[in-house]
Amino acid sequence: MSDTKYTEDHEYIRVEGNQGTVGITDYAQGQLGDVVFVDVPEVGAKFSKGDEVAVVESVKAASEIYAPVSGTVVAVNESLADEPGLVNSDPVVNGWFFKIEIDDAGELEGLLDENAYKAHID
Amino acid sequence: MAGAESQDLLQTPLHDTHIAWGGRMVGFAGYAMPVQYKGIVDEHNHTRNQASLFDVSHMGQVAVKGADHDTTARALESLMPGDLVGLKPGEMRYTLLLNDNGGIEDDLIVTRPSEAGTDGTLLIVFNAGRKDHDVSILREKLGDKLEIETYFDSKALLALQGPKAKDVLSRYCDLPQKLSFMNAAAATIDGIDVYVSRAGYTGEDGFELSVANENAAKLAESLVSNDEVEPAGLGARDSLRLEAGLCLYGHDMDDQRDPISAGLIFAIGKGRRVEGGFPGASKIQKLIADGVAEKRVGILFEGRMPVREGADIVDENGTPIGKVTSGTFGPTIGSPVAFAYVPAEKAKIGTELTAIVRGKPAKGTVTKLPFTPANYVRL
Repeated sequence: MSDTKYTEDHEYIRVEGNQGTVGITDYAQGQLGDVVFVDVPEVGAKFSKGDEVAVVESVKAASEIYAPVSGTVVAVNESLADEPGLVNSDPVVNGWFFKIEIDDAGELEGLLDENAYKAHID
Repeated sequence: MAGAESQDLLQTPLHDTHIAWGGRMVGFAGYAMPVQYKGIVDEHNHTRNQASLFDVSHMGQVAVKGADHDTTARALESLMPGDLVGLKPGEMRYTLLLNDNGGIEDDLIVTRPSEAGTDGTLLIVFNAGRKDHDVSILREKLGDKLEIETYFDSKALLALQGPKAKDVLSRYCDLPQKLSFMNAAAATIDGIDVYVSRAGYTGEDGFELSVANENAAKLAESLVSNDEVEPAGLGARDSLRLEAGLCLYGHDMDDQRDPISAGLIFAIGKGRRVEGGFPGASKIQKLIADGVAEKRVGILFEGRMPVREGADIVDENGTPIGKVTSGTFGPTIGSPVAFAYVPAEKAKIGTELTAIVRGKPAKGTVTKLPFTPANYVRL
């Protein structure tokens, strides 16, 4: 059973147990255009909600990715090193950035659910 | 990811066409311009492989007129170091508008038209962000000698760029068989009067088409109706010019930067390097004779991480020794590419350099420019 939440900055976090998988939404990848590089965090790094945790780069610009919740990075998507285009072609399943061990599940309550996110991007 | 704040922006005559083509509009130099349509990488690659149409109507088209070619060219040469007197009818030349310190006020192209009745007229294209400033300099310094006419609100400029540009334009006129790189001539395309130059900002063969505003959309739509042609935006224009080794004003040089360290000595006529007679001449002649402290270089980086404007170049101790002025991931070359200013002793081809991006080192090598081969056509 997983539950996906969204930030107003277009990150998603797919929650399973006390772990979350973080990436950017399909809307966000469309806005960014062709992703050429993703600067992912190191496994073991700790972040507070709202910290800059990764950077996604298109030809045109670099965009910061913020931690949707506080926690510790437990995995990063190694496939992005060779195939950053996964963020465009498959942002939700194979184009994720990192997995985070969630410190406080209560922080998820402040995020957008799918309907609220859809309203946000309309 | 801010959207286009289009309220106070000027629009080119192609504005509605861009919207119809799905252009994503952004503010650039005071104009609403398409940064991309389908995507920057697609548009970049299409330009290298086929042909793309760019709207560059924001650039500043100007005509200056004097009694005869010699009078007009000599007047401009008092502000610009290019050999303009030596321009033959139909030829174009890249040169610079300089200040008294030898700093670059703008880079530009001067064309001497060949058509009947144009003797004494030179056409100039300035950068969008500098055109008002440049014209005020021309009026102040040369207003008593030359008639200066701007076409900022009356003429559009389209750039058809890529290896198929000549095939496409050949369907309308015979200029692709007649015009060599950096030459220009008048033509009629679909019944529209167009001034065609074989030039561009992509490193590919291509043409720039100056056309009256009221005919611009019709001309653009006709060109894009060719199978080989797709519209392309400013994003691709930037990655193409970077791979082609071409400077962007305000980034790779500015009014504090001299042409020699910028690697633009080719914009100074050979005779004029000796004779001078342009603003900052003595300073620039001294730089030519004694060498410069730092130079603009091209750097090709390992990996995929783009190294962008503002990144420091550091020595082995991590001390900053230079700065990146333009950089991106080069879609054709498949690597990050950048221009940077570095100490002259670090500017030799093959020198290994390190840039710092978000605290991480990016290793690169000084690389001969252009990064991708220039495909200009000289007949």
